[in-house]
Amino acid sequence: MKAPAFGYERAHSVEEALLFYASGDEDAKYLAGGQSLGPLLNLRLARPSMLIDVRSIDELRECTQTPDGLVIGAGVTHAAIEDGAVPGPVGAFLAVIAHGIAYRAVRNRGTLGGSLAHADPAADWVSTMALLDAQLDVRGVTGERQVPAESLVEGPLATKLAPDELVVSVRLPGWSAAARFSYYKFNRKPGEFADAIAGFAYDPERGVCRAVIGATDGAPAVIADALELLAAAEASEAAVTAAGFEPGSFEHHVHAVALRRARDRLIAR
Amino acid sequence: MSTTTPSAKRPFGVGARLRRKEDDRLLRGRAEFVANMRMVGMQEVAFVRSPMAHARLLAVRKPADAADRVFTMDDLDGVSPIVANSGLPGFRSAGQYPLARDKVRHVGEAIAMCIAATRAEAEDLAERVEVDLDPLPVVADMLQALEPGAPLVHEHWDRNAFLETRVDDNLDDVKRRAAIVVTRRVRTARQSMAPIEGRGVLAWFDSRLDQLTVTSATQMPHIVRAGLSECLGIEQGRIRVVAPDVGGGFGYKGILLPEEICLGWLAMKLGHPVRWIEDRFEQLTGNANCREHHYDITGYADESGRLLALDCDAVVDSGAYSSYPFSACLEAAQVSSILPGPYVMERYRCHTWSATTNKPPILPYRGVARTGVCFALELVLDAIARKAGREPHEVRLENLVQADQMPFTNITRKYFDSGDYPECLRRAVAALDIPKWREQQKKRLPDGRRVGVGVAMFCEQGAHGTSVYYGWGIPMVPGHEQCQARLTPDGMLELRIGAHSHGQGLETTLAQVAHEILGIDPARVRLIHGDTAVTPYSTGTWGSRCMVMSGGAVASACKVIAQRVRSIASHLLEAGADDLVLEDGSVRVAGTDHALTLREVAHTWYRQPQRLAADVDPGGLEATSGYKTTQDTGTFSYAAHACAVAVDDELGAVEILDYVIVEDGGTLVNPMIVDGQVYGGAAQGIGTALYEEMPYDDQAQPLASTLADYMLPGATEVPAIRLEHMETPSPLSVFGQKGIGEGGAIAPPAAIANAVNDALADLGVEITESPITPRRVLAAIAAAKRGAS
Ligand SMILES: Cc1cc2nc3c(=O)[nH]c(=O)nc-3n(C[C@H](O)[C@H](O)[C@H](O)COP(=O)(O)OP(=O)(O)OC[C@H]3O[C@@H](n4cnc5c(N)ncnc54)[C@H](O)[C@@H]3O)c2cc1C
Repeated sequence: MKAPAFGYERAHSVEEALLFYASGDEDAKYLAGGQSLGPLLNLRLARPSMLIDVRSIDELRECTQTPDGLVIGAGVTHAAIEDGAVPGPVGAFLAVIAHGIAYRAVRNRGTLGGSLAHADPAADWVSTMALLDAQLDVRGVTGERQVPAESLVEGPLATKLAPDELVVSVRLPGWSAAARFSYYKFNRKPGEFADAIAGFAYDPERGVCRAVIGATDGAPAVIADALELLAAAEASEAAVTAAGFEPGSFEHHVHAVALRRARDRLIAR
Repeated sequence: MSTTTPSAKRPFGVGARLRRKEDDRLLRGRAEFVANMRMVGMQEVAFVRSPMAHARLLAVRKPADAADRVFTMDDLDGVSPIVANSGLPGFRSAGQYPLARDKVRHVGEAIAMCIAATRAEAEDLAERVEVDLDPLPVVADMLQALEPGAPLVHEHWDRNAFLETRVDDNLDDVKRRAAIVVTRRVRTARQSMAPIEGRGVLAWFDSRLDQLTVTSATQMPHIVRAGLSECLGIEQGRIRVVAPDVGGGFGYKGILLPEEICLGWLAMKLGHPVRWIEDRFEQLTGNANCREHHYDITGYADESGRLLALDCDAVVDSGAYSSYPFSACLEAAQVSSILPGPYVMERYRCHTWSATTNKPPILPYRGVARTGVCFALELVLDAIARKAGREPHEVRLENLVQADQMPFTNITRKYFDSGDYPECLRRAVAALDIPKWREQQKKRLPDGRRVGVGVAMFCEQGAHGTSVYYGWGIPMVPGHEQCQARLTPDGMLELRIGAHSHGQGLETTLAQVAHEILGIDPARVRLIHGDTAVTPYSTGTWGSRCMVMSGGAVASACKVIAQRVRSIASHLLEAGADDLVLEDGSVRVAGTDHALTLREVAHTWYRQPQRLAADVDPGGLEATSGYKTTQDTGTFSYAAHACAVAVDDELGAVEILDYVIVEDGGTLVNPMIVDGQVYGGAAQGIGTALYEEMPYDDQAQPLASTLADYMLPGATEVPAIRLEHMETPSPLSVFGQKGIGEGGAIAPPAAIANAVNDALADLGVEITESPITPRRVLAAIAAAKRGAS
C-alpha cells in the first residue's frame, strides 16, 4: 500500500519544528527515523496532513554527561548508541540493548525518541528507560515539561504526550560506577518484537534496586523496590501476576521465566 | 561434495560448477521485473478487496466523479469465470469470476478495480468505492466445513468438498498381526508463500498486431495465455504473454490470475497500458494459500517396527475456489498417492477430502503435498520406533525400499527409477554423528537446554508427464517439451524454451547442456524464455521438471544443430561427417587440426551460401526439437535430512544446532546450483517447521497482515546446512539427471519435529502440529504434565 498525500517540512531547530506545528493544522506529525511511522503511513493507519522531519535538528542528536547524570538527545539513533555514543557503564548497558533492536539497517535510522513516542509496549527503549528511571524532556507549542519514562505509555501506541509535544531528550539519573544492570528479552528471532522483556538495575551505592517487566499490554510494570525480588527467584511469579498477567497463561509463564533469567544474569555479574 | 565431474573435452558441461550467468544482471540490479517497467501513458491499478470472508455482494457504488475509473464484474463484458475442473469422478465444479459477482468467498477477493496515474491515487480512489456486503455464516475451518449442516461456500453443492478420493484396502489381517499400533492427529498450518517479488501484471494492446500483451510475473506464460483466451474470449494468437525477470515463484506464480484477466480486459477497453503490482498486504491478507493439511493417521507395525500398513484420513483446506491450471484437488489427491513415501508396506488405505472453506484457494507450493505428507508419516515412524524401543533411523533402514529392489513399483504404483535409499540415510546419520548427540543429550547443554536428534526421508517425483497428469483431468497436461535452437550468423547459439527460469539458473544449466552437445562456450549461449511470441509451447516451470524436460529438449535440439553443422562442415573441410568432432567452439576433423569455428560455419551458411554443398540440408542452423523421457512416470530424487536441536523447555524455543542433508538428484548438471536449490528449499522448510503460519479467526479473517506478524526465517534462523550428494543416474533422462528443485522444502518440518520430540521424549511430549512455536511447545509440555499427574 502507498501512503495518502501529506505535506512535508524539514525543521532545523526545535523552535522551527514547533513553529511548523503551530502554523499547520492539528494533524501534523513529527518524523524521526521513519521506521515505525513509515509502515503506518503505507498501511494508511496514520494519516497526517503534514510530516515535520526532525532529523536535521542538531540539538536532538547530542549526548552529554551532566553532574546529575546523562542527557541523550531524542534523535540519537539506535546505531549510535550501539556504537558507544553514550558514555560510562550505563552507556555500555544501553549499547547492548541497542544491539538487540531489529537489524542494523533499522538501527541506522530508528531513534530513541521515536521509539519512546511510538510507544509499542514491546519496544526495548520503552522498558529500558522505565527501568533506568529516565525522564523525558518534552517541548510543546505552549511550553516544556518532564514526563517520567515509567508513566509515559498509556496503552499500545498511546502516550501521555500531546500531539504537538516533541521529545527533545531523555535524562537519566546518575547511576554510580558500582551499579549493575541486566536485561532479558524473549523473542522468536532477532528483529522481532519481544514476547517478554525483563530487566534489573541495582545500584548498591545509591541503595536503588529496580526491576521492569516489559512487553505488556501497555506501560511496562516497574518494581521500584526490587530487592526482595532479587533475593528470591520464586517471587517472580507473583511479580508477573501483579503486573497484570493471567496466571497459567503463556504470557504469564514466559514473563516469569524472563524475569527469573534477568535476575540470574544480574547475580552472575 | 558431488561426484559428477565434467569431462576434459567438455569442461563447462554436465557436472561443472559454473557460476550463474544470470547473476551478472541480478546481482548488479539490472534485472527487469514488472515493477521496474515504465510505458508511456501507463496507469496504475488498485483493487477494492473484500473485507469479509463470506457475504452477499449487494451493491458496489462508484464515486460519482470517478465512475469511469472504477470497474466491477458488471463492466467486464464478455469475460467468463475461471474454470479449473478436474476430471476425477465426483469433482464439484464452481467458476471464479475475476471480480466478485453476487458473493464474496474469502477475505481479499477482488470486487472492483480502480485506475489512476499513480498507485497511491488509485488507492485513494479505491477507498471511496462503497461496497454493500451482507454477511453470511463463515466456513473458517476445514473440519467444520465437512460437518453436516455447515454453511455452503458454493450454494449449488451438497457439501463443502471439491473432491473426495479413496484408496481402499482390507486391513483386518494386519490389525490382527500388528504388535505396534500408533494413531496420531497431525496438523500443518496454512502458509503464505513469500517470494521476494509479489505478483505483478502490466497489460497493453498493440493495435498494429491486433494483440493483447500481458507482461506478468508468472512461471507459466503459455498456460496463462491459454487461460486468458478462455476467459477473455479471444483467440490465443491475439494474446502474447511475457514473463520478464521473476523474483521467485515457488508455485505462487503457477496460476492464471484473476488480475491478469482484469488487466487484460482493461487494456483492451482503454487502449493504454495498465499495471498492477501486488503489495505485501494484499499478498498476506488475500493470498495465504498453501500447506494446510489435517491427518488422522494410523501406522501398523510388527514388534521390531517393521511397517505393515498405513491407514489415513487426510483433509486439505483447499479454500474457496479451484485455481487454474492445477485445480483445487491436486493437493489432496496427491496426498493419497504419495503418503507411503520411500517405504515398503503390505497394505494401504487412504481417504482424502479437498475441503472448501472461506479462505484463499490453495496453490501447490514447493514440495506440494509432500511437505505435509512427510511430516505426518515421519512423525508416525518415530512414534513406532519409540514403541519398538529402537533408534528411529534403524527402524527406517529396514522399512525403506532397498537398493537391490530398484527400480521399484510401490504400493500406490509409483515407479521409483533408481537409487539407494538406505545408503542415503546411513550417510546422513553418520554425518550428524548421532552417538555424539546422545551423549550431549544426557548432560544437556551448558545453558540447561535439552538436546534432541531427528531424521526424516522422502522421495520426490519430478518431471512426471502425460501419463500421470492426464489422469487428474485438469486444464493442463504436459506432453513433449521443445527447444528451438539457432546459431546466429556470428556463431552464437540462441536457445528458445517455453519454460521460465526465476531462480533455477536455467540460463546457466541449459548453456551447459548446449556445451555438452556442441562444445560451444556457455558464454556464447543465450537463453530466450518467458515470451509466448518467441518460444515453443510449454506448461512452464513447476514440478521439478525443467532440468529433465527443458534440459532434454535443449540436448535434442542441439543434436540436430550438431548434425547440421557436421553436414555443412564436411563439405567445407572435405571430410566425412562421421569423422568430425565438435569441441572448443569448433568442428574438427578428428585427430587433426583441420577445423572450422562454429562462427565460420554459421557465417558460411548465412552469408556465403555459394560455398555450401548443393545437397545441403536446407533446414540450416535452426531447429525445433522435442523431448519426452523414455518413460514419463517421473524421476525420483530422494534425500535424508538429519538434525540436532536445542529445546528450551521453559520458553519453548527451538534452535537448530546442526543440520545435515544427503540428497540424490541423479547426475548433477551444475552441483553448485543444486546446492543453492537445496539450501533455499531447506530455508523454506525451516520456515514451515518453526515460523510460518497464517492464523485465521473464526470469521476466517487473516490475522497476520505484515511480515512482522507473518514470520519468515531469516539469515539468523537458517543454520549452515551440511550437504552431501549421492548421484545415482536416472535411467529415464538424457544425462541421468533428476528433478531436485523442491526437495529441500519437504523434510525439514518432519526432521525438526522429530528432533524436538526426541528432546522432550522423557516428558512424554509429542508435538504433531507445525509450525513448532514456543506457544505450542509449552502447551504440549503442560498437557503432558497434566496427563502424567
Ligand atoms: C523491521 C523492524 C524491526 C524492529 N525491531 C525492533 C525491536 O526489536 N525492538 C524495538 O524496540 N524496536 C524495533 N523496531 C522499531 C524501531 O526501533 C523504530 O525505529 C522505532 O520504534 C521508531 O523510531 P523512529 O525514529 O524510526 O520513529 P518514527 O517512525 O519516525 O516515528 C515514530 C512515532 O514517533 C513520533 N516521533 C518521532 N520522534 C519524535 C520525537 N522526538 N518526539 C515526539 N514524537 C516523535 C512520530 O510522530 C511517530 O508517531 C523495529 C522496526 C522495524 C522496521
